[in-house]
This record gives sequence, structure tokens and C-alpha cells, in this order.
Amino acid sequence: MISRRIVLHFPIDLVSDPIISRLVKKYDLECNILKADITPRQIGILVLGLKGENSNYKDAIEYLKSLNISVQLLSQDVTRDDDRCIECGACVTICPTDALTRDPLTGAVSFDKESCIGCELCIVACPMRAMKVCF
Amino acid sequence: MRTIAEINDKIKKGKAVVFTAEELIELVEEEGVSKSAEKVDVVTTGTMGPMCSSGAYFNIGQGKPKMKLGGGKATLNDVPVYTAFAAADFFLGSNALPDNDPRNKIYPGRFAYGGGHVIEDLVAGKDLKFIASAYGTDCYPRRELSTLINIRDMNQAILFNPRNLYQNYNVAVNRTDRVIYTYMGILKPNLGNASYSSAGQLSPLLKDPSYRTIGIGTRVFLGGGVGYIAWWGTQHNTMVEFDQNGIPTEPAGTAALIGDLKQMSPEWLKGASFTGYGASLAVGVGVPIPILNEEICFNASLSNEDISAPIVDYGSDYPQAWSRDLGSATYAELMSGTIRVRDKEVPTSSLSSYPRARRIAGILKEWIEEGKFYLTERVAEFPGPGSGYDCRPLKERPI
Ligand code: SF4
Ligand code: SF4
Repeated sequence: MISRRIVLHFPIDLVSDPIISRLVKKYDLECNILKADITPRQIGILVLGLKGENSNYKDAIEYLKSLNISVQLLSQDVTRDDDRCIECGACVTICPTDALTRDPLTGAVSFDKESCIGCELCIVACPMRAMKVCF
Repeated sequence: MRTIAEINDKIKKGKAVVFTAEELIELVEEEGVSKSAEKVDVVTTGTMGPMCSSGAYFNIGQGKPKMKLGGGKATLNDVPVYTAFAAADFFLGSNALPDNDPRNKIYPGRFAYGGGHVIEDLVAGKDLKFIASAYGTDCYPRRELSTLINIRDMNQAILFNPRNLYQNYNVAVNRTDRVIYTYMGILKPNLGNASYSSAGQLSPLLKDPSYRTIGIGTRVFLGGGVGYIAWWGTQHNTMVEFDQNGIPTEPAGTAALIGDLKQMSPEWLKGASFTGYGASLAVGVGVPIPILNEEICFNASLSNEDISAPIVDYGSDYPQAWSRDLGSATYAELMSGTIRVRDKEVPTSSLSSYPRARRIAGILKEWIEEGKFYLTERVAEFPGPGSGYDCRPLKERPI
């Protein structure tokens, strides 16, 4: 069993619905759409949570790549540079999930990659520019 | 009860009893003010957050032939510096931006690199590009200069901040229906969030609200090194509201700080970029408070529950300089993660780092315990409550 969040980048003429139904039917994966968007450069972005058998997951990734879709693990996408972060907390009300939270007692700000959906809202909200995307 | 000279004597002997402001709060809760004041010699405070009125001045020495920067132009890593002093001196403010930065032309601007970042890079020991042009004189004939430069080769690099350490600050909210980009961070529409900027119970000037010990000449932790309070800060204001304990309930006093940049560290001086607003510098500062009597001890022991900040609408009231009462929130409420504004639960963000404030108070405590840091007797007092010293709006008159 494997559970991963992945980011797909694909040209927008490629419609995502049939791809997703194929991931579900052919590869028997639980498929959760976390974010679907089109960038100003007309590239489709799809953030998916996938869950299923290891071998099915691997085959599904191969299938996506064969369609010329770039696939990235989400946990690698948005990172926090801990040398730049001063744990101020400016990001916590901007983050739409619980990926960035502040401890009410100590004020410590933690970044939980697992909850991050890669929306990138924190990137410009962080005055220290500690939150980074690596696409 | 005790004098600063006596405290310094104890520091010398390694016997000074030093508590951070947080530790003092606990002690006073358990043992009361009198006993705590008997026991504790010094209380340490701390804060770290963006402080826009920060900058530094430099002297870089002369090359061959000599050049007069004064009245000419110069940039450090493309960020313009102020060259209106003598031949080899210049000043750099934390909000300075490269001439080619698009600013808010592409709204909201990113302000990726400005004066604050230059200061951080210098302190980190990086080589920077220094480019200057001058008009040339008989004694300073050179007109162009382009060189790499490093802080260790400069004669002086002095951090000099005209306004730091705001004693209390606003809680910023936005009641309009669009996102706004401010120096208090990104404010979501319709009271979507609230942003505050003070370390509350650890914040230096809140712990000595009527300046019983803090004044001109007070030695402080500044940017990881040692600095001094040079003067009261710009916009210093004593004509504000105070609560029953004498703590201002709105932005009040400020301090101007000075110190040797060469001793400081990029861990405690960080360039900041406020989307849609500009570049700045986050500064870490810690101030020791000698417990000379019970009153000073009592003031220093007030906690987040006792200190409150005014809620201000940055969507319309702040920019238009209107005043409207949206109430206030205590720092305990602000720390909890949500406050109530006009019957709405509003999540809170902070710009000032509480964990860093705590670490600074801890480091300063260590320095004093280890005999590395002695307290100074102030040489002059700040204008305090009752002095009538205020911060006035600009009076505009036709030319
Ligand atoms: S806004 Fe940036 S510096 Fe502040 S806590 Fe968030 S990631 Fe850290
Ligand atoms: S990318 Fe979005 S979800 Fe992830 S931490 Fe930043 S704001 Fe939160």
C-alpha cells in the first residue's frame, strides 16, 4: 500500500477527466483531487492524492509519463528554508490548510508537508521568503 | 533596593540573578512582587521582527586616486545608498530599492531585494558590488569606481536605526472586500485575518512602560552583537492612552539604536520583503532591565493577559488617517490564534517572532550570567508619560 501526493503539469488540450478515471479504473487507485488549476502560461496543474498497491501506483506513474505529463511528488514542491524562517507566524492565516500552524503557547511555527497542497499562497506572504517552490 | 553599580559588581563575581521576562512572570505569580524583587537583579527582554526605520552607515576608505562620494551617486548590489556626507561615507536605509525594481507597477510588487537584504548580505560576510560616480574635484579627482567590497575591509559599518522597539503596536485587520498588501502583511478581505507585531510580555519597552531604567546609553543586544540606545526613536509618543497599570494601550514609545555591524550576525538581522509594500529589515533586540525597586519588578512582571493592543482597519481607517474604534485584544488572545472583532472570530498572524524573542532574552541572560555583558547607567532619560511629548500629524501649508 502506498499513499502519495503528486503534482501533474500538462498542456491544457489534454483533458484531465479521462486520465483520472483511468487511474481509478485501470490502476485501482483511490484518487483525491486536491487542486486543479491553469497557470497564466496555459499549463494545467493537477494536485492529486493517490492511494493503492505499490505496483499499480508505479504503473500509473509510468502511464502518466507516457502521456508527456510531468509528475512530481508534492512533498518536494513547497519547502521551508529553516535558516530563513524566523517563526513569526505571518503565514499561518494565509495557508488554507493546516500545513502552517503556530503553537499558541510557545509561538513556534511548524510546517507539516503532509498537509501542504502546494497552493503557493505562503510564498509571497512570508516576509523572509522562507517558503520556496522548486518546480 | 539595589543600584546598577551593585548589580555590575555581582555580574563580575558571577553572582547576578538574571531572569527572562517570562521566568519573572512565573516567579511573581508564585512568590509575589516583593520577594521576587528581592531575589532578581536583572530581567531580560527580547523581540525580533521587521523594523522598517533601520539602516546603517559606512566608511569604505579611499582608493587611488581619491574620490568624493559626497554629492555623487553610489549603489551596493544595485541598491542606491545615500551619499551626502564626506568623501568616503554613506548611509543605507532598509527600504532602499534598486532603480530597476518594478515596485508596485506590477501589483503587488515582490520587493525581492532591498536595503535590508544588503545589510544581511554584508553581515553574512558576502562580497558585494559597489559602484559609484562623482563629479570630481581638485582634491578628489576620481569620477568612477566599480569594485567588490566586503564588510571586513570597511573602516566602519555601523547599524543605526532611527526607530525600533515600538512599545505596543496595532492589530491590523481589513474590512474592505479586497485583499490588501500592507507592512502588516497580507490582510484578507472582510476581517479574514488579523495581524499583530509585538512580543507582548517579552517586548522591551512594554516591560518598562514609563522608562524607569531604559534611556539614552542603555547597552542592549542588537542583531546578535552589542549595541546602545542612542536616543528615543522617531515618532516617540507619550500622549497616548494608558491602562490602570500604566501600560500604553496603543503604539507609544520607540528607541533609536546603534551598534557595530561587524559584530552582528545574519541570524538576527534579516532582509524582509513585504509583497505590495516594500523591503525591510528584521532586527533582533534584547534589553536588560535592572530591578532597582519593586515598582520596576511589578511592571516587568505583567503578562500577555495584562497587555492589550488596539484593532485598526488598514482597509480604510489607517490609510485615510481616520480613527474608529474596533476595540482591542490582549496579547494572550492574540497568541491563542483567534480574536473577536465585531462579533466575528478572526484568526491571528504575527509579524514579530515570539520564539526568537524568547531566545534573545535567553542569550542576554547567559551573557550577563557569564560576565560578558554589564549593565550601563543611562546618561539621559526618555520623555516619559506626563512629559507632553507627542507625535503629531503633518501640518500641510500651501507654498
Ligand atoms: S511567514 Fe515565513 S518566516 Fe514567518 S513563520 Fe511563516 S515561513 Fe517562517
Ligand atoms: S503551499 Fe499552500 S498549503 Fe502549502 S504551506 Fe504554503 S500556503 Fe499552505
